[in-house]
Amino acid sequence: MSFTDPDRPSRQIGRALPRSASRRLAQGRGRFASDITLPRMVHAAFVRSPHAHAELGAIALDAARAMPGIVGVFDAAAIDPWCTPWVGTLTHLAGLKSAPQYPLARGRVRFHGEPVAMVLATSRAEAEDAAEQITVDYQPLPPVVDALAALAPDAVPIHPELGDNLAFERRIEAGDIAAAMAMADEIITLDFDFARHTGVTLEPRAVVADWNEGEQRLTVHAGTQVPHMLQDIYALHFGLAAHQVRVLAPDVGGSFGIKIHIYPDEMAAIAASRALRRPVRFVADRLESFIGDIHARGHQVRAQIGVTRAGDITFFDVDDLTGIGPYSAYPRTSAVEANQVINLIGGPYAVANYRARARVVFQTKAMMSQYRAVGHPIATTVTEALVDAAARRIGVDPVTLRRRNLIADDAYPCQSASGMRFEALSHHGCLEKLHAMMGYDALRAEQAALRARGVRRGIGIASFIEITNPGAAFYGVGGAHISAQEGATIRLDAAGHVVLQAGVTEQGQGTETILAQIAAEALGLAPEQVLVRLGDTDSTPYGGGTWASRGAGVGGEAAWQAAHALRGQLLTLAASLLQADPSRLDLRNGQITDDDGTARMALADLARIAHFRPDTLPPGIVPELAATRHHVPRDYPFAFTNGVQGSLVEIDTETGFITLLRHWVVEDCGTIINPLLVDEQIRGGVVQGLGAALFEACRYDAEGQMTNATMADYLVPMAAEMPDIEIGHVCTPTAETALGAKGAGEAGTAAAAAAVLNAVNDALAPDAALLTALPLTPARVLAALGVIG
Amino acid sequence: MKSAAFDYVRAGSVAEAIARLAADPFGTKLLAGGQSLLPALNLRLSAPALLVDIARLPELAGITLTGTTLRIGAGCTHASLLTAPEIARHAPLIAEALAHVAHPAIRSRGTLGGSLANADPAAELPAVMLALDATMIIEGPSGTRHIKATDFFTGMFETALAADEILIALEIPIRTQRSGFAELARRHGDYAIIGLAATMTADATRLAFFAGGPTAQLAQRAAGALGTGPLNHERIAAACTALAQDLPAHDDPEASASMRLHLARVLLRRVITPWINPSIRTPITA
Repeated sequence: MSFTDPDRPSRQIGRALPRSASRRLAQGRGRFASDITLPRMVHAAFVRSPHAHAELGAIALDAARAMPGIVGVFDAAAIDPWCTPWVGTLTHLAGLKSAPQYPLARGRVRFHGEPVAMVLATSRAEAEDAAEQITVDYQPLPPVVDALAALAPDAVPIHPELGDNLAFERRIEAGDIAAAMAMADEIITLDFDFARHTGVTLEPRAVVADWNEGEQRLTVHAGTQVPHMLQDIYALHFGLAAHQVRVLAPDVGGSFGIKIHIYPDEMAAIAASRALRRPVRFVADRLESFIGDIHARGHQVRAQIGVTRAGDITFFDVDDLTGIGPYSAYPRTSAVEANQVINLIGGPYAVANYRARARVVFQTKAMMSQYRAVGHPIATTVTEALVDAAARRIGVDPVTLRRRNLIADDAYPCQSASGMRFEALSHHGCLEKLHAMMGYDALRAEQAALRARGVRRGIGIASFIEITNPGAAFYGVGGAHISAQEGATIRLDAAGHVVLQAGVTEQGQGTETILAQIAAEALGLAPEQVLVRLGDTDSTPYGGGTWASRGAGVGGEAAWQAAHALRGQLLTLAASLLQADPSRLDLRNGQITDDDGTARMALADLARIAHFRPDTLPPGIVPELAATRHHVPRDYPFAFTNGVQGSLVEIDTETGFITLLRHWVVEDCGTIINPLLVDEQIRGGVVQGLGAALFEACRYDAEGQMTNATMADYLVPMAAEMPDIEIGHVCTPTAETALGAKGAGEAGTAAAAAAVLNAVNDALAPDAALLTALPLTPARVLAALGVIG
Repeated sequence: MKSAAFDYVRAGSVAEAIARLAADPFGTKLLAGGQSLLPALNLRLSAPALLVDIARLPELAGITLTGTTLRIGAGCTHASLLTAPEIARHAPLIAEALAHVAHPAIRSRGTLGGSLANADPAAELPAVMLALDATMIIEGPSGTRHIKATDFFTGMFETALAADEILIALEIPIRTQRSGFAELARRHGDYAIIGLAATMTADATRLAFFAGGPTAQLAQRAAGALGTGPLNHERIAAACTALAQDLPAHDDPEASASMRLHLARVLLRRVITPWINPSIRTPITA
């Protein structure tokens, strides 16, 4: 089946449909975890550590207990009987170590914002009133803030029982670095600094936990990407069987990877529901989100590239250091980010010589773990800034150097120096398309003309690869109970419409919409005739959820296979009534048709007969009206996608302010199920990448206090500063699935900052200024220009 | 982020509001647009026992022109001032500055009086009042008093208002003058790294900088260096040099003191330099 034929019957895949939930959400009928109110529900508020590192002394809870509306007050001693600790390690990340983490701090606090005590009250305001009455004795310990300082021989070990603060180290060496260095005419070394970010979801983290003592069941309504993973973990740590736990993900207001981790405050709130035998709601407020959500990025990288005068890149050599806070996150760990950085650096290029080291260290800051495009923005920025630096050094255009060194489009299958296996990529096709979309040569001419008048414009290019559709290689092989497979169940209702239930989830990206399109195409229905139900461990097939750009490629394939199976069942049934050959029948526009499209009977009539008049069916025919199928990627560990981004910027050299003028993306996610939603995913991802380029940074002072934990001080990208983002596609379907779809959720984020950094350095090349630290603040630009000291 | 419990009353008159304030000056807060106060309450940075809502008081409303004085009620919202014809004609500097104040949702509730009484050092409107030589009209238990803007802003979030007084209006003298505004903010609508509201009449230049220290302030030495008479590049350069003596050294994570001084000089040049050309239309006519 080719999804590229625009004239095929029942075409739904490839249509630009808006998200099916848009009208409901715009009319205020969204139902988020924070909207859920249950009888006898109480509200949790937390006392959080004001110190980055301290010994915990006495915690005085009695004054809080006496406050109005208080139902329960907990410290670690009170909560620990209800919940076992967790450790964020996986066996495939060899050598990764971490310490047990508890819902409430025991003995020591290790980051500013760590939950110390919890108050449950009949309103959140009362809970906060009472929390103010709790006094805690802290004996401050030296904070460990800087990642490099955490490795110093005299650094205070954050977990004395673990010895030192090095959580994980991995090295890669491929090819012959010494020979590659000797072959290079130029070797360029750059030191990069990447700020910490956080996801800043519009809806903060939220759980409503309901332990039902009568049923002996725990129901948790959670703003999450991963209901089945939470079911498994809640069962394990609350001492229950999996079937005693139901997790529902109602509407989820953004996630970006923030909502795939286990958080101590959420575990404490759920434990409290069991202890109190009543529903408990915890909704993080914005301050709690900034200091309690997973942070991301935060890398210092020293990197080298070698290049010949002829323009051949001979090697990449990188040393990455990242700080992850005091614990490796559970259950996915905090080592995947750095692991991915060194897996991906140099990935678009045909360069066999590669050396890398990644070090992951503990520090007394908020925890760091997976966030949209895990590791990709770091790897892409390092790689692409090096490539541009090499181009400047040998005096060739950056596009020319890429044309010479990108892996050829006919070289697949192949693998990168770090061992990443590529099925089929299209770097050159994407680059040429971008070149044309940008009007690259005209932009260069305009740049030169403006430069003569003192205007500093810059053009930046960044090629990238993106990990999508992961199989078990990501987590399962390391022992995590995170499903690599996805299931989908589809059933015909009595009116001839279908209900589709699937394990993937929806957080605003349009999962429901694309699943409906996929099923509709297979069954000759309109998408609105497919009711999609997600996010309930009691009723959906088991699945991993939506993350790592796997919703369309893995969950979508399961839906296609299930719908295709049902199609076969319905055609067999119809053939028995019509005395026809099922292979000569089709489903189109709600009709059973001949293969030339001639209508034979309405699907609604078939459904009616199957449900209400099965007595009229030929003997021995049993209508099978539902189908379940599963899909898991097996041929490749990941379905890599690729693309390239372009940025045009203008710099005010007096103020250091950067204006983003235009941005372009060409990417290749294989079969596009819904071009509108793919482009929205890419634009949204680009905007997050542009936030990294210019604005976002979790700032810490020397004491380990986060100093900008408000929306006024943590600068998320806003519409007024965003350029128009033009998007083009090259389509190389994966042969592993019938759909051929690869992921598109992180491509925008992967390379946006790299393109901007390259554009800025291109603009400032006449001034001999070079920036390698993100975000590109006015202060950094002015310092690079020598305007300020 | 829930505020501590408080009582709420809507005042029927300025006199009632003053009486409420006088009854418990330190436990009572006036609520107008609430765009700074309510976040502060939710963050529990402030926990008043009583909020007195003055948003609908007719005595705080409206814009009136009397002779050469423009009177603006303290309760006027930013959004209303942005579109008011009297402002556009007689005090366009206000509208020019308001385009940089936060975002439409905030401007539709936030009030002129609220912004001035809050006296955020990075807020635009205190500097605008300094540049326009405004007079604050204040009422308290002992009657009405008038305070020049230069005497009103006394420190970071501090003004000459007593705890039992209400800022009810501003009076701005209408003069033949040029005016200009510029600020540098990381994102549109953010508090600025540094900003400038400036006016120039035949015999005086007022350069009001904000976000450069604990309070908006007039750069007197720089204005003096500009002098009177025809402007030229040399005088502007002299003003930029003198600015070092006007602005306090103020470091924050966004900008060091030296960067801030550099940017203040850039703004000064950018706002004033076009005024060298006498053929450029004077923005304000009395």
